[in-house]
Amino acid sequence: MLRLGHRPDALIEVLHTVQQSFGYLDDDALRYVSTSLHVPLSKAYGVATFYSLFTLRPQGEHTCVVCTGTACHIKGSTMILNRIRSRFGIGPKQTTADNQISLLTARCLGACSIAPAVVYDGEAKGKQAPDDVIARLEEW
Amino acid sequence: MSFNLTPVLTAQWGLDQSWTLGAYERADGYQALRQALDMEPDALIQLVKDSGLRGRGGAGFPTGMKWGFIPQGDGKPHYLVVNADESEPGTCKDIPMMMASPHTLIEGVIIAAYAIRANHAFIYVRGEVLHVIRRLLNAVAEARAAGYVGRNILGKSFDLELTVHIGAGAYICGEETALLESLEGFRGQPRLRPPFPAVEGLYACPTVINNVETISSVPAIVRGGAQWFRSMGTEKSPGFKIFSLSGHVARPGQYEAPLGITLRELLDATGGMREGHELKFWTPGGSSTPLFTAEHLDVPLDFEGPPQHGSMLGTTALQLFDETTCVVRAVKRWSEFYAHESCGKCTPCREGTFWYVQIYERLENGTATEEDIETLLDLSDNILGRAFCALGDGATSPVTSSIQFFRDEYVAHFEQGGCPFDPVASTVFAGASA
Repeated sequence: MLRLGHRPDALIEVLHTVQQSFGYLDDDALRYVSTSLHVPLSKAYGVATFYSLFTLRPQGEHTCVVCTGTACHIKGSTMILNRIRSRFGIGPKQTTADNQISLLTARCLGACSIAPAVVYDGEAKGKQAPDDVIARLEEW
Repeated sequence: MSFNLTPVLTAQWGLDQSWTLGAYERADGYQALRQALDMEPDALIQLVKDSGLRGRGGAGFPTGMKWGFIPQGDGKPHYLVVNADESEPGTCKDIPMMMASPHTLIEGVIIAAYAIRANHAFIYVRGEVLHVIRRLLNAVAEARAAGYVGRNILGKSFDLELTVHIGAGAYICGEETALLESLEGFRGQPRLRPPFPAVEGLYACPTVINNVETISSVPAIVRGGAQWFRSMGTEKSPGFKIFSLSGHVARPGQYEAPLGITLRELLDATGGMREGHELKFWTPGGSSTPLFTAEHLDVPLDFEGPPQHGSMLGTTALQLFDETTCVVRAVKRWSEFYAHESCGKCTPCREGTFWYVQIYERLENGTATEEDIETLLDLSDNILGRAFCALGDGATSPVTSSIQFFRDEYVAHFEQGGCPFDPVASTVFAGASA
């Protein structure tokens, strides 16, 4: 916050930084941010819930993002999600009970040429079949 | 091949480490900037006007005219904002562009900022694409170290601060006024216009908002001149553009070609549809543009062609679907996207997209009736033109156009009590699991 000069318009940047450091935004963090930047708590909460990248719940050790854009959908992303659900018992925005894997979906990653695309811990991979995804997640 | 591909934007993509400053400079990078800084800002605006460059973000507004709207000598700071919030389903041109050659964009940004006399420029990137963010940040740091960004650029009395702003995952922020709201730290909801951003944009100051591809085209225009640029494309839509092929094609990817090319020519040059299948329907410019079918293969893809046939050029995200694809399932997917991404500001879009999804769920599980098709059309009629911004209008495009061309398929869904298609047949691993 010091780097960004406590400006109210730096709210999104600050929330990014908080989430990077703590993994998610809890009530205390939102209160602290809103006081420091002199923005109402309602606004901080509004912004945190508006944007899909911010999460108010803790995430697992690893994250797996499945793209569900149209090209990926047609080429089988739903089947990938179904396989993950039957193997690990989690759906989108859920984390396994051992806190190892969080599953997320993205609306379109702009990687339509290599559909279906999956991002493992920030590393994007294309042309993923359900078996590839399960094999990769089992390594975690 | 019946046409010449025009590698201008993509010319450097194949270079060794094309994203580094060294590689870009060896390919004459930043020469256009030197030329531009020797010109008067107004002469630059005139040059871009003469070139006929039109915005590549979808609407096709003449770029030079947009720059000309910025009031000069008003004593207010001016801002340049680059819209790199590319998230339209199927659109994947800006992200590869920034990955392969971020310096083309940065050079364009500096030239454009000089022309409109802005001393602060922002690049608004999607938060999802971490690899692009990392690459852009590195490229900006390189440009700063080389003296292209900062104070007294190339020894001239021109200062420019360049900020890469990272979005947080909201499709609506690609709408230019929602993007400004988001830059100012608010929820990304569109603003009422007028005042237009050229008068009161970012922090209520005159602001130009351009797409990545538009700005990236500027250095080439400065180097080649307006006549050269006009030698490509069509009279009203001059120049080149990146066409993103995806879906059931043999070789998906980015293909740069002059505007006015047809999908048939593009397919001929790139190996056609995937083997053993034929084209059923396609989008000329992402999901917000009404669908086309095989009978539209010869529509010239420029800003004038698709509108004559009831669609739009959009972002030239050509998504192609073959005969294994259920059109209802594809449109359901798009509707779910719009319902999720609707910002909630206006009622037609917020409620209408929600209704769409409910009706498509009924269609999919076979409990819909003839009446539901009428409801879809009625809803579309009430969203189109009545929504606050273009997102709502875009949501209706796939719905109305798919009913127009494939009404039989909708009917088949409730006559047969469910989807008549095999969902596996359309997947990338179709052969393997059979």
